[in-house]
Amino acid sequence: MRAAHFFWDASLNTPVFAPWADPDAKPLIRFQNVTKSFGDFTAIDDLTLDIFEREFFALLGPSGCGKTTMMRMLAGFEEPTQGRIELAGRDIAAVPPNKRAVNMMFQSYALFPHLSVWENIAFGLRREGKDKAAIAARVEDMLKLTRLQKFARRKPHQISGGQRQRVALARSLAKAPKLLLLDEPLGALDAKLREDTQFELMDIQEKTGTTFVIVTHDQEEAMTVASRIAVMDEGKIMQVDTPDRIYEVPNSVYVADFIGDVNILDGTLTANGENSFALHYAPDQAPITARSDRPFTDGQSAHLAIRPEKVAIHKEKPEGVDNLLSGEVLDIAYLGNLSTYHVRLPGGQVVKAQIANTRRLSRRDITWEDKVWISWTFTAGVLLDQ
Amino acid sequence: MRRAALIAVPYAWLLALFLVPFAIVFKMSLSDIAIAIPPYTPTLKDGLAEMIRAFDFENYVFLTEDDLYWKAYLSSLKIAAIATVLTLLVGYPMAYGMARAPEEWRPTLMMLVILPFWTSFLIRVYAWIGILSTEGFLNQFLLWTGLISAPLTILNTAAAVYIGIVYTYLPFMILPIYAALDRMDGSLIEAAEDLGCSRLSAFWLVTFPLSRGGVIAGCLLVFIPALGEFVIPSLLGGSGTLMIGKVLFEEFFNNRDWPVASAVAVILLLILIIPIVLFQLNQQKQAEADR
Amino acid sequence: MTRLSRFNVVSLTLGFAFLYIPMLILVIYSFNASKLVTVWAGFSTKWYGELLRNEQFLDAAWVTLRVAVISSTIATVLGTMAAYVLVRGGRFFGRTLFSGMIYAPLVMPEVITGLSLLLLFIGIGLDRGVLTIVLAHTTFSMCYVSVVVSSRLMSFDRSLEEAALDLGASPFDAFRLVTLPIIAPAVISGWLLAFTLSLDDLVIASFASGPSATTLPMKIWSSVRLGVSPEINALSSILIGLVTVGVISASLASKHASLRRQQETQAAARTT
Repeated sequence: MRAAHFFWDASLNTPVFAPWADPDAKPLIRFQNVTKSFGDFTAIDDLTLDIFEREFFALLGPSGCGKTTMMRMLAGFEEPTQGRIELAGRDIAAVPPNKRAVNMMFQSYALFPHLSVWENIAFGLRREGKDKAAIAARVEDMLKLTRLQKFARRKPHQISGGQRQRVALARSLAKAPKLLLLDEPLGALDAKLREDTQFELMDIQEKTGTTFVIVTHDQEEAMTVASRIAVMDEGKIMQVDTPDRIYEVPNSVYVADFIGDVNILDGTLTANGENSFALHYAPDQAPITARSDRPFTDGQSAHLAIRPEKVAIHKEKPEGVDNLLSGEVLDIAYLGNLSTYHVRLPGGQVVKAQIANTRRLSRRDITWEDKVWISWTFTAGVLLDQ
Repeated sequence: MRRAALIAVPYAWLLALFLVPFAIVFKMSLSDIAIAIPPYTPTLKDGLAEMIRAFDFENYVFLTEDDLYWKAYLSSLKIAAIATVLTLLVGYPMAYGMARAPEEWRPTLMMLVILPFWTSFLIRVYAWIGILSTEGFLNQFLLWTGLISAPLTILNTAAAVYIGIVYTYLPFMILPIYAALDRMDGSLIEAAEDLGCSRLSAFWLVTFPLSRGGVIAGCLLVFIPALGEFVIPSLLGGSGTLMIGKVLFEEFFNNRDWPVASAVAVILLLILIIPIVLFQLNQQKQAEADR
Repeated sequence: MTRLSRFNVVSLTLGFAFLYIPMLILVIYSFNASKLVTVWAGFSTKWYGELLRNEQFLDAAWVTLRVAVISSTIATVLGTMAAYVLVRGGRFFGRTLFSGMIYAPLVMPEVITGLSLLLLFIGIGLDRGVLTIVLAHTTFSMCYVSVVVSSRLMSFDRSLEEAALDLGASPFDAFRLVTLPIIAPAVISGWLLAFTLSLDDLVIASFASGPSATTLPMKIWSSVRLGVSPEINALSSILIGLVTVGVISASLASKHASLRRQQETQAAARTT
């Protein structure tokens, strides 16, 4: 059931786990018109957001976009300047961090260097004044969950970075918080370990049923782990949506550009059918046709965002394609599994086309300065007005 | 060739002006006082073999027999220990306050702590004479507030020595503790609070244990020089306060008993070895923890 | 860590009051007209005048200054050499003894250092005076210089020296052209430390000097033994003033330098 958000149900075309789509669902966290300023700097600007129970929610944005401030307000280390933050329906402004049913996994892990792994995990439990046997049992559970049983007696400096990350996770989960905040939890790990740990995090989230809010600047990480992503910029939320919709249906050039690689063609629109528009992107070129559910007026300037993998590249002029443009290969980036061709259009724009390298290198025949054709379908791109 | 010279020059200097003099002190401590110039026997003039034969531990025996000396050692240890604890009690809250102060204030606070250290030690001790004397500023102030009706005798007591040591050695206590607190990752405190600690329990469970290295370093940096202190007990302690540095100075200049003064020095050094070794171990541990 | 509680504010305020009020009283009462230093009798600068006419004090100040400049300069050279040997010298015979001799004077009670040097000077028949004080001061302050400089050398990227050697510099040139400019701030603060220690020293100078040379601390000592005197207050105020100006301008200079460096770095980042 809970695993649904990364198994896409194609027949229904909606994820199975989607409390945000249910108007009756009560959010676990509610930001209501929250503003946070530090002096004259506005870190969070009149922001409203709901996060639901059992969600794996990602706050994604460049550094300084306010995502960490949001998290610190949830943990209780910052108070909103204006607005209200609710946890399970109650305003939490007056609750100090040590009384909140919210725990945080710090970016630096913040493991207590003078305490062993076991004592680090037991730290929060001991503050609750639980009896020794209960604490020991809970710590054992956490050690098992994070596969750290062998390292219980070690000090933080005696274990590897990946193990430290798991100690931090175990420690913050030990108190069974309603909400777990993860501040760049994988930032300190190398790429290979990060990938494994992403799946481990999802697995643990599923097992414990805890609501996770993760802060990250790594879009791939957000795409992998999250049920929903909020893309932030300069204290505002640009878009909140499921990973696939963020990628496929971005609502702005900013979001399209932030997530993954994208081609943006600017131009003006004229309607040329129902939900269909012609984009005039260069004065002496035929317009591009794109479908859009969103209404546009004639003569409106707009941007077509199209992902490189949706652009096909041909050596010979193909027949029966929706949009066809000619150009010249400017550059080729060989990435092993993929190759990206930078194709210059007669108007000077450069469009990237990405091809999976299903054949060995020697058998591919497009090279620098070749005249080529590129094409995509009417529905491949998204028309954006901002 | 150059490397040899580079090593040889400072090496030779230290051998000649640090190690050799110290060997002379040791030799002197085995000699006897004499009414002569220089005021001791045997000297090298008597021949090396003769000199060595004449050496004895008489001065050390004398130190154990005359209770002035061991009382002075004990009293120095006691005064240095109490003064160290007092310095810690004053210095820790200051270091803690500095570490929590806004980033832009810290260089200024740091400068304010270091500035007295650059000012003459003697003058800083001297300043307290005018404050602590019977008609001094402290008594004037206390009489004015009506807290006391007759002036207190503070100058020329052990209390004045404590004040003097705390005052002059405070920077040595503050700086290592501040360094330890400043090095600490601020998110550790947030993590402790996040896991249910109050401010106070976060301090005792996390901050204080993590500053322990700084506390130990600070205490030893105060204790070691305080033990051999001469100026403070002489100016503030009066004749009633026995400290070994003062005894040594007087033995040498007033009684001109060079051999006994040397023996006093040797014993003082032996006592100092323990805190010095502790300090070294602590520094090594700190350095390892940093790595 | 940047939330000052009331407790923090109170402890900082009281602590700094404790550190500074005694010196403040000293300075204020140096302008007291009365000879009685604890009773205020109106503003006067007469003690400064008397001080400047007091030949003994002026002589002592001159001796002290000469000793401090000479000893701190020699100590800086020797201390820097010692630091370089300790950090970069590799292994050599007696290295442990050498590093022991560098660190021991830092913890040695002054009375013992003084006593041992005096016995040496008598033993070799050296007349005690300015020369012996300089020798004594150089010996203990070179150790401080070497500690300051070696901590800088340790944090210093060795590959810079290796780059210089790789580009054809001789080891001496590499030191002169690369190492020295980089450790210069530490060398300067080592010199300042040595200078202050020498200015400040009473105990070792008392042992090492003879009738021909009296330093300022010795002069102050012999007069404060007799109690508080307004002339000493005036002298103290001058010294406190000099140090304050020195320390504040040094810290402003370093703040300015680091600020400029920061601005330049930012400007450079913008241009790329």
